[in-house]
Amino acid sequence: MAQFTLPKNSTIDKKAGKTFAAPGAKKPRKFSIYRYDPDSGANPRVDTYEVDMAACGPMVLDALIKIKNEVDPTLTFRRSCREGICGSCAMNIDGTNTLACIKGCDEVKGEVKIYPLPHMPVIKDLVPDMTHFYAQLASIEPWLKTDSPAPTRERLQSEEDRAKIDGLYECILCACCSTSCPSYWWNSDRYLGPAILLQAYRWLIDSRDEATGERLDALEDPFKLYRCHTIMNCTKTCPKGLNPAKAIAETKKMMVERTV
Amino acid sequence: MSYRSPLGRARGLGSAKEGTHHFWVQRVTAVALIPLVLWFVYSLAQLPSGSYEVVRWWVHAPSVAVTLVLFIACALYHSVLGVQVVIEDYIAADGTKIVALLLSKFVHAIAAVAGIFAVLKIALA
Repeated sequence: MAQFTLPKNSTIDKKAGKTFAAPGAKKPRKFSIYRYDPDSGANPRVDTYEVDMAACGPMVLDALIKIKNEVDPTLTFRRSCREGICGSCAMNIDGTNTLACIKGCDEVKGEVKIYPLPHMPVIKDLVPDMTHFYAQLASIEPWLKTDSPAPTRERLQSEEDRAKIDGLYECILCACCSTSCPSYWWNSDRYLGPAILLQAYRWLIDSRDEATGERLDALEDPFKLYRCHTIMNCTKTCPKGLNPAKAIAETKKMMVERTV
Repeated sequence: MSYRSPLGRARGLGSAKEGTHHFWVQRVTAVALIPLVLWFVYSLAQLPSGSYEVVRWWVHAPSVAVTLVLFIACALYHSVLGVQVVIEDYIAADGTKIVALLLSKFVHAIAAVAGIFAVLKIALA
């Protein structure tokens, strides 16, 4: 069966959470953060940190960095660009997968609850194991494939054809969409998930690519592609405002187009 | 502990090169069911009563019998495809999955044959 409950060693130990107060804070704000340390052998817990927002940047990532710098250096998370282009700080904030660097603390009411991306193996705290996700990306061979001899200049593309990859090339592979998808939760061993399928469509629709049929062959599978049931969580959660559900629907249309 | 590479695991057994037919037929039967369901509900509501005699008289008409057979076939075809998706979604263990898929197909086949036979029996009586 699909796994609906967490294994015993992954359930949150509600009594173990620590609280770090910020005495004398002008604008205190509570951040509840999922903590898991593989070396301790203990179950995960949720620690609560009080942050003085009067001395903190506006984004959730600013608060996380402030906590790590000033309160608890053991807090572990990925971050790099702090401007929504690298995808490193994808996490579940206030119940929605998003990027901590472009999620304003003022967008959240009350306590800010922060968990790692759902249904991924957790390496530590907010750091999920992305190995399988990246392997799935590699499996769709996300590069231009041609058999024609290489031209002596750029490969030309009309403005209309170029416009077809708008809304696709912007994907930063943060995995917010895939990890919000119930189908990906239950069947990620075989289902490619919205992020990878959007990438696959980005090459399917590229007028310069010559391997469209081969790519469709590789995707045509009850599990790799057809686990998508248009639940739309992917589109709802995408921090870049992209529409993976539409890319998948277009892929299915291409599949039907070559049979009818 | 598996030493298989992540890419090997992601590729798995490769593409089954099918699924589009299933997807397409599910849509085709869904479209066909729109008028069929409307007709079925409307026709039943129009009957003067729900008594055995009245319904028997209704099914006896050739146009009703033909449409009823279409409705039963379409609904059960659509249902068997849908149930298959639910089973594939939620049951990962291979043995259980195959048993569940077989059971679903058998039950749907029996329901379709029994339903159509019942309509024909009345219509041709």
